[in-house]
Amino acid sequence: MAKITFDGVEVEVPDGTTILNAARQIGGSIVPPAMCYYTPLKGSGGKCRACLVRVAAGSAKDPRPMPKLVASCVTPVQDGMVVENTTSEQVLNVRKGIVEMLLINHPLDCPVCDQAGECDLQNFAFEHGVSTTRYQEERRTFEKIDIGPLIQLHMTRCILCYRCVYTANQITDNRVHGVLGRGDAAEIGTYIENIIDNDFSGNVIDVCPVGALTDKTFRFKSRVWFTKPVNAHRDCPKCSGNVVLWYKGKDVLRTTARKDQYGEVKEWICNECRFEKKETSDWTIEGPAHIDRSSVISANHYELPVLNQSVIADLPESTQRDLEKNPPLKLGS
Amino acid sequence: MGRKLLTEHINVEGINTFEVYRKHGGYRSVEKALKTMTPDEVVEEVKKSGLRGRGGAGFPTGMKWSFLAKPEGVPRYLVCNADESEPGTFKDRQLMSKLPHLLIEGMITSSYALGANTSYIYIRGELLYVLRILEKAIAEAYAAGFLGKNILGSGYDLDLHVHPGGGAYICGEETALLESLEGKRGNPRNKPPFPAVQGLYARPTVVNNVESIAAVPVIVNEGGDEYAKIGVGRSTGTKLISACGHLNKPGIYEIELGLPVEEFIYSDEYCGGIWKGRDLKAVVAGGSSVPILPKELILKTAAGENRLMTYESLSDGGFVTGTMLGSGGFIAMDETTCIVRNTWNFSRFYHHESCGQCSPCREGTGWMEKVLHRLEHGHGHMEDIDLLVSVAKQIEGNTICPLGEAAAWPVAAAVRHFRHEFEWHVTHAKEAAQPGAVYRANAVLV
Ligand SMILES: Cc1cc2nc3c(=O)[nH]c(=O)nc-3n(C[C@H](O)[C@H](O)[C@H](O)COP(=O)(O)O)c2cc1C
Ligand code: SF4
Ligand code: SF4
Ligand code: FES
Repeated sequence: MAKITFDGVEVEVPDGTTILNAARQIGGSIVPPAMCYYTPLKGSGGKCRACLVRVAAGSAKDPRPMPKLVASCVTPVQDGMVVENTTSEQVLNVRKGIVEMLLINHPLDCPVCDQAGECDLQNFAFEHGVSTTRYQEERRTFEKIDIGPLIQLHMTRCILCYRCVYTANQITDNRVHGVLGRGDAAEIGTYIENIIDNDFSGNVIDVCPVGALTDKTFRFKSRVWFTKPVNAHRDCPKCSGNVVLWYKGKDVLRTTARKDQYGEVKEWICNECRFEKKETSDWTIEGPAHIDRSSVISANHYELPVLNQSVIADLPESTQRDLEKNPPLKLGS
Repeated sequence: MGRKLLTEHINVEGINTFEVYRKHGGYRSVEKALKTMTPDEVVEEVKKSGLRGRGGAGFPTGMKWSFLAKPEGVPRYLVCNADESEPGTFKDRQLMSKLPHLLIEGMITSSYALGANTSYIYIRGELLYVLRILEKAIAEAYAAGFLGKNILGSGYDLDLHVHPGGGAYICGEETALLESLEGKRGNPRNKPPFPAVQGLYARPTVVNNVESIAAVPVIVNEGGDEYAKIGVGRSTGTKLISACGHLNKPGIYEIELGLPVEEFIYSDEYCGGIWKGRDLKAVVAGGSSVPILPKELILKTAAGENRLMTYESLSDGGFVTGTMLGSGGFIAMDETTCIVRNTWNFSRFYHHESCGQCSPCREGTGWMEKVLHRLEHGHGHMEDIDLLVSVAKQIEGNTICPLGEAAAWPVAAAVRHFRHEFEWHVTHAKEAAQPGAVYRANAVLV
């Protein structure tokens, strides 16, 4: 075990834990943002630099500060490490710079982008960026590329986080897509105009932090905040069958995997569950899904109230009885 | 005359063949090491020699070797970095094409020291002709029993392979090189883990520059202490300097570290002064990524001392009034050089070569290039100058690999020392946009 101090809070974590995951143990708004790291994907992280933190003391043995900011998502903790995130002016400044860089070639067309409302970059820019840019040159644009009937690739919005590449690499056989080219000419593309057809390929949509990879069966049907997420499952021979159905009225507009509070998929789902089962009768409904993210979706109070256990004891008896019949979700569940 | 430790025989007819190379004392270090020394003793000699990595960073080679993890029963590797593609640096190419056996000899002796039984030379893909020279030499070494099984009856086995790279500057960064060698896209890895613990095929690996490895035979033959006597302070031995730009005699020179910069530029033994009788304006001393210095600061330090060709003297003054020895790519610019245009040119290179993994480098290198393009072509504004510095700062220190810094430093240093030229490009936009337009005045000191 290693004890570290993160923004003044002490936390003890198993050896080998990354600084980011140690911060997630503490939780709340001190957790560094992550645009490329994705726990279920081996080797992810280190690229976007959104999660840079200052290590004010390397370890108890060697308490010197680290000379450069480090990517918290790929840097393991050392016993006695002291990390500054929100408490470091330098870190917060660098983060503004990262937002500015990421927004150079990412169009601000959120009003027409399908990812609006659940876009990591939107949240990142809102929480850490500035509202102006100093960039006045021409921006890069792409023709739309057809990569098959299910997934839309709109390269213009890609921030080259590599998550989709790792996903395809790690959970599909026969990967046909990857990164082509270098530098700011790099792009996600397929091997010689290939289309992506693989039973698990739809997962690349879920991992994409921005609107570069979207679900063709859902595109432009609705803004996400007008839909209601509902947990459901089915007996699927290929995957766990645990999904979130996104309803508008009685219609299932979209199916996604279930994600945790950091937007990370808990269990990959197959394309059949994602794209083909759009009837309520296909599913066993579990109840409203709780979206615990700093997203516009969670601003909609379509779900049961989330209550802190300790608060419940103080409520009037009649309310408590109501809650028994209609139990609230526990905080963080 | 300075001593030539690596290139003494470089002009001997046929020195690229095993036979002639052997006649001139070649492969003695292999015999000495394998027959009379333990691997640790070889490492010890290299440590004593004070040899520092010739690939740019200048990290002590012996110390790097001693960091190599040595778990039981796990292979480890020596990889020679022959990617050489920093603008201004072209010394390894010459060494390999003229003296292929020197590198092979160094590879054998070094591999023995590190306990590696398979070693690689990762060579820049464009240098196909050098690759052929090396392959021929390797075949000769195998035939003579210096490579392969049970070398010289010592019980030590070594296989040596040459591997052409994909022709990307980033593949010279050691972890990108390892990725590329493994057959993957040449993207730098996150560190830790460092190659000494998890390198090629996740095995302990040492990556060394061609010139570093080529120095090992001399060190083993003469002894580390003898080697360390050459040079000044912690800058020991000799260094190949590839000199280019506006010099009377550009070329590759082996110098003893400690030579005054002034002597290197102006003496007839070396570069013979600035061409066409012109005045020197600025120098990039260690390959295009190191900070540019105006004439006044490259000849003398800010304290007025003679600047020497050593790691320490060149970096005296840090990044405010100093620079770096780097890989020894010495680019001299005469008074007719437009610093803005030159900076734009460097910037174009780094923009083109960024691998694109990390956001600040991917986006920032392009941004700087475009702003510099504007300034150079007479469409710039005064704010652009500070913008450049600010973007360079956003990149520096925030990236996975040092290419980010390599792109940021030249821009920041050019503005630091030649701000008036950037300003002139704004105030005299029309004039500046003319081909060959140059701001002519002495550089202002910081
Ligand atoms: C972008 C980049 C390019 C590099 N290119 C080279 C190169 O072409 N040759 C080289 O020897 N080192 C190059 N390096 C340095 C290597 O990463 C590494 O430090 C060096 O090969 C170590 O060898 P040494 O200790 O013998 O100097 C490069 C570094 C960076 C960041
Ligand atoms: S398409 Fe999406 S997931 Fe893939 S690299 Fe681009 S931003 Fe990341
Ligand atoms: S600094 Fe540039 S070259 Fe290095 S890993 Fe990042 S994007 Fe690639
Ligand atoms: S989340 Fe750590 S660098 Fe992207």
